[in-house]
Amino acid sequence: MSSVVLITIISLSLLGVIAALILYFVASKFKVYEDPLIDEVEAALPAANCGGCGFAGCRNFAEALVKSDTFEGLNCPVGGNETMALVAKILGREAPEVEPRVAVVRCNGTPGHRKKTSRYDGELNCTIAHNLYRGETDCQYGCLGLGECVDACDFDAMYMDSKTELPVIIDDKCVACGACVRACPRDIIELRKRARKDRKIFVSCVNKDKGGPARKACAVACIGCGKCQEVCNFDAITIENNLAFIDSDKCKLCRKCEPVCPTGAILEINFPPRKSEQTKEAEKAEA
Amino acid sequence: MLKTFPKGGVHPPENKISSGVPIEAMPLPEQVIIPVNQHLGAPAEAVVEKGETVKAGQIIARSKGFVSANIHSSVSGKVLKVDKMPDASGYKQTSVVINVEGDEWLETVDRSKELKKNISLSGEEIIKKCAENGIVGMGGATFPSHVKLSIPQGKKCDVLIINGVECEPYLTSDHRLMIEKPEELLTGTSLLMKALGVNRAFIGIENNKKDAIDKLKGLASSYDGISIHALKVKYPQGAEKQLIKALINREVPSGGLPVDVGTVVHNAGTAFAVYEAVQKNKPLVERVVTVSGKGLDKTLNLLARIGTPVSKLIEYAGGLPESTAKVVNGGPMMGKALGSLEVPVTKGTSGIIIFRDEESRRKEKGPCIRCARCISVCPMGLEPYLLMTLTEKELYERAEKDRIMDCMECGSCSFTCPANRPLLDYIRLGKAYVGKIIRERKQK
Repeated sequence: MSSVVLITIISLSLLGVIAALILYFVASKFKVYEDPLIDEVEAALPAANCGGCGFAGCRNFAEALVKSDTFEGLNCPVGGNETMALVAKILGREAPEVEPRVAVVRCNGTPGHRKKTSRYDGELNCTIAHNLYRGETDCQYGCLGLGECVDACDFDAMYMDSKTELPVIIDDKCVACGACVRACPRDIIELRKRARKDRKIFVSCVNKDKGGPARKACAVACIGCGKCQEVCNFDAITIENNLAFIDSDKCKLCRKCEPVCPTGAILEINFPPRKSEQTKEAEKAEA
Repeated sequence: MLKTFPKGGVHPPENKISSGVPIEAMPLPEQVIIPVNQHLGAPAEAVVEKGETVKAGQIIARSKGFVSANIHSSVSGKVLKVDKMPDASGYKQTSVVINVEGDEWLETVDRSKELKKNISLSGEEIIKKCAENGIVGMGGATFPSHVKLSIPQGKKCDVLIINGVECEPYLTSDHRLMIEKPEELLTGTSLLMKALGVNRAFIGIENNKKDAIDKLKGLASSYDGISIHALKVKYPQGAEKQLIKALINREVPSGGLPVDVGTVVHNAGTAFAVYEAVQKNKPLVERVVTVSGKGLDKTLNLLARIGTPVSKLIEYAGGLPESTAKVVNGGPMMGKALGSLEVPVTKGTSGIIIFRDEESRRKEKGPCIRCARCISVCPMGLEPYLLMTLTEKELYERAEKDRIMDCMECGSCSFTCPANRPLLDYIRLGKAYVGKIIRERKQK
């Protein structure tokens, strides 16, 4: 080997060794102590970094979990109880069972129900449209149909229905992270308690106008008449600002409220079809 | 060489179709809808009830707090209801709905045509009269004038500026006021000078209103301290920071107000309203509204009572032409399209512009081509392409650092962008979020 090649090899190797030594000493001198538990907890989390827990990513949540004494206010909606149980095992604590939730769009203002009175040709962003004017219909509270919620979903759990012009939530994929709730400028989406078989009963309206104008704007608006509240035996329904609200934590899905609603604002989803009065009489006769 | 502002600006077609049309008083409508919030600051509170008979000029809503304004009835008749009615944004707000009966005015209001030039009140009394009569900025911002006239502790004012620029295309209400009511305007200016305790007033007028400039120049010599200045035609010359820089070469600091550099700016229409309030005891209950558009057979400068539905103005102008696609409240640069015509004229309604289908279509949005034209036209020296991207990516801290709150929403950037990017829409959105962050920070 020529001397030039030899000198090159030796000098570069020496540089490499010096650089490695510098890096080693700097790394150990400036090392930040981190509780090794944080790494363990982070590994148990789903790594979606969606912010549904209220923290800035899974690592941040892991830090919070290790730092705190209890699981008070700390829950991963994506991983759910399974994940929280794993974390509990790592940290040697008890994890409370949190009831899973699902996002629900509380507006049924389809073009058939809610007449359009103007055409919006601005930027297709719900907050921009909301800040500009009341929207293409006479309901200033209803869904604008521009899909900011769908854009916000990190879990592919939402899409825009072109016929109803309303967002649709795919129950199986929804992890109740809350991104769509925060995205909607009109607070139309709510995280409700999940029931068995994905059944839901809710008031699909957030219109706070008095009954007359509300109904004029949309055929299925809630007019705040209170008939649903009258028949509820579980104190689950409150009426405020001409609008009824069914508390999903109190509701037992008895289905008494849906048929008494005069406008059809209350929707019941994933239930078996109701028996008509005729069928009930026939069944009675047969028995 | 005409004075102008140094940074940015654009030249939209002026389209001052109605500049030669004299002001015409509109016949009274059958019903008026008067919102209690027609100004910046806290909404006023209604002080009349269903069934009450009111006279024109009578107070119907009282100002709440310091930054607020009184609202007066523009007609005589009976209050039908005090209820939530849609305003120009389509959102409902508390409004006093009055069924018009006759045209009876409060006895204290002087409705004679007599020109009253003699000023007998003190500066403080003038400010009080402005407050009592609900005077707000008529240029469109509707800031309560008595608040603007109250110089805060520690600040000084040495010159008044009257904004006769009217730089928005199509709008001509200030132009006609300057030609037809020049002495009233100049008297109003003198009243404002006395209220501020200054002995100099500059009236800035864009050079496309030569008849108004000549008329006022001729009469201004008999008024102490008032000088008339022609300015180069460039949008947005009428924006107050740009007007101050052009007329007296002072720069309002970022986040600051004109009073920080010793001046206060009032719109020409406001000066006229101040004359009527102080010399004639007449509250702000009517204003000149330009009704214009290339599709109209005749354009108008209508003197309309506050609360008149926009549909009535259009009806009087001959109805909506077949070709209509958009009706804009305000001018084409900063105005907002209406979703319904059953909304009332308010203190800030400077014009109703009717656009034909071919004029209304938004062109297809493209990606930013980094041409930097938006930067070169921004009168505030901002970077609109960047502010839009920062807002889209929700990088609000950076947007605040890049001075998004200095944007005055003039629309020059959106107007210029060759890729038809909706720059102003996103900057407005960014300002809303950054404003929220700033408020929350101040609360802590």
